[in-house]
Amino acid sequence: MSTARANPLNSMAAHAALITYTLIALFPVFVILINSFKTRKAIFRDPLALPDGDTFTMIGYQTVMKQGDFFLYFQNSMIVTVATLFFVLLFGAMAAFALAEYRFKGNLLMGLYLALGIMIPIRIGTVAILEMMVSTGLVNSLWALILVYTAQGLPLAVFILSEFMRQVSEDLKNAGRIDGLSEYTIFFRLVLPLVRPAMATVAVFNMIPIWNDLWFPLILAPAEETKTLTLGSQVFIGQFVTDWNAVLSALSLAILPVMILYVIFSRQLIRGITSGAVK
Amino acid sequence: MNTSKIKWHIVVFLAPAVLVYTAIMIFPLFNTLRLALYSETDQVTHFVGMENFRTLFGDPLWSNQFWNALGNNMRFFVIHMIVQNPIGIALAAILSHPRLRFAAFYRTAIFIPTILSFVIVGFAWKLILSPIWGIAPDMLASIGLKSLYAPWLGKEEYALTTLALISVWQFIGIPMMLIYAALLSIPEEVLEAGEVDGITGFSAFWKIKLPLILPSIGIISILTFVGNFNAFDLIYAAQGALAGPNFSTDILGTFMFRTFFGFQLQLGDPHMGSAIASGMFGIILVGVCIYLFGIQTRLRRYQF
Repeated sequence: MSTARANPLNSMAAHAALITYTLIALFPVFVILINSFKTRKAIFRDPLALPDGDTFTMIGYQTVMKQGDFFLYFQNSMIVTVATLFFVLLFGAMAAFALAEYRFKGNLLMGLYLALGIMIPIRIGTVAILEMMVSTGLVNSLWALILVYTAQGLPLAVFILSEFMRQVSEDLKNAGRIDGLSEYTIFFRLVLPLVRPAMATVAVFNMIPIWNDLWFPLILAPAEETKTLTLGSQVFIGQFVTDWNAVLSALSLAILPVMILYVIFSRQLIRGITSGAVK
Repeated sequence: MNTSKIKWHIVVFLAPAVLVYTAIMIFPLFNTLRLALYSETDQVTHFVGMENFRTLFGDPLWSNQFWNALGNNMRFFVIHMIVQNPIGIALAAILSHPRLRFAAFYRTAIFIPTILSFVIVGFAWKLILSPIWGIAPDMLASIGLKSLYAPWLGKEEYALTTLALISVWQFIGIPMMLIYAALLSIPEEVLEAGEVDGITGFSAFWKIKLPLILPSIGIISILTFVGNFNAFDLIYAAQGALAGPNFSTDILGTFMFRTFFGFQLQLGDPHMGSAIASGMFGIILVGVCIYLFGIQTRLRRYQF
């Protein structure tokens, strides 16, 4: 077919453009990673060189391990992210099922009400959220973060999941009903397994913003024992501004978990975006 | 079937989501708007009506800061619109080329900055642009442009633009992916029909693809708008709550944070903070309404 679109010169130019931009995208990460393994002198003398026998050191990582409670921060981030995803997926799927499956008065209105939160950022309500968390004693607890992120994640989750649930075959559900299954069993046993790909998409969309958020950890849970990894590295780096080894190592350690998550889930993420889940 | 009875399973399915969403998101949102109408003196809260807004817009001490933050925020947004979205569209257009090799690799690599936290991005760029470390000046020197170097983040006239470009660097993956998805959904027959009429290459992009992806460009624009007018993290991570130098990188998010929490000698004021949050809410609402009623309804969607 199209010979007009297969021009070798065009393809060279395309690769040149893409390689250039890939380099721009990866350069800062690369510079941080290689320099975190170099001695202070080498960091300044030749920032772009790879560490070698003379310049290799782990001193920065040792400082980070000694001074910062990175394992605790990591654990906090992990708990908050996993718990939030659990609630967003469970509550979101339940609400999406109700909206997609049943015709009841106010269905459309309820859908619109839940969709409001897609466009209005939850941060606007921060002052009142903090007030509420203080009066319920949840401030400086991981629950405060889990609740806020759950509320933040639900609107898009309901929206995406209900689109998918409308596609689940009517015959299947009716067969279940004839067999005498309750509505709950139909939802948990028949429908949920079928929308698993959509659930994975919702999970991946929610995961990265929660993991990376600085605003709510800073405001709702700044205590030492509830710091998330993002807030923890922010505070740590702020304290060690002049210790370049420590700062570069802390940055590298903060990059590591997201990179691992990304490598595991990038297919899912890209498939989710490109399948038009967010149209 | 008895339709008059309440169907309890519907209530059970809806309740958790609606409760959490209402209690943690909708209620605080309106409570914040309400708090903006109060003030506190000697630990007694009392109703003051529009007084806080009068202070915010009328008292030069406040209004100068507010307009500065709003102006900076507009510039921040405009830079995103004219740099991030065109580059994102261009990258997507190249990537969507059929039979392009390594497309998956490029896509994955270019998306990496988007997954990094603002803390990492802010500090990494701060170090790279720093005059102490010298990566940026050395690299410019190697291509003979050393004279162009300035400590961009430390100069009032460049800092905001630099931060906006860093943010563009970080988020370019999102427009790229959304446009890429839109381009892939254009059926081959449409493009082939264009080829038969002699429309290929660039003109195919301008005349066939671009009109078809306009709705996606609309979505990207509104996402960018909402994201920018609620931004905070990058500025805070790179320049601190004071959004230096001399407030030149102050945007609404950092202004609200400072007002609400206080900084240095100024005490935090939740009621003024709420007033600023209400202002942000209004701005975002206007933006979203313009998009929903002014733009989205006019863009023609094509169903294939």
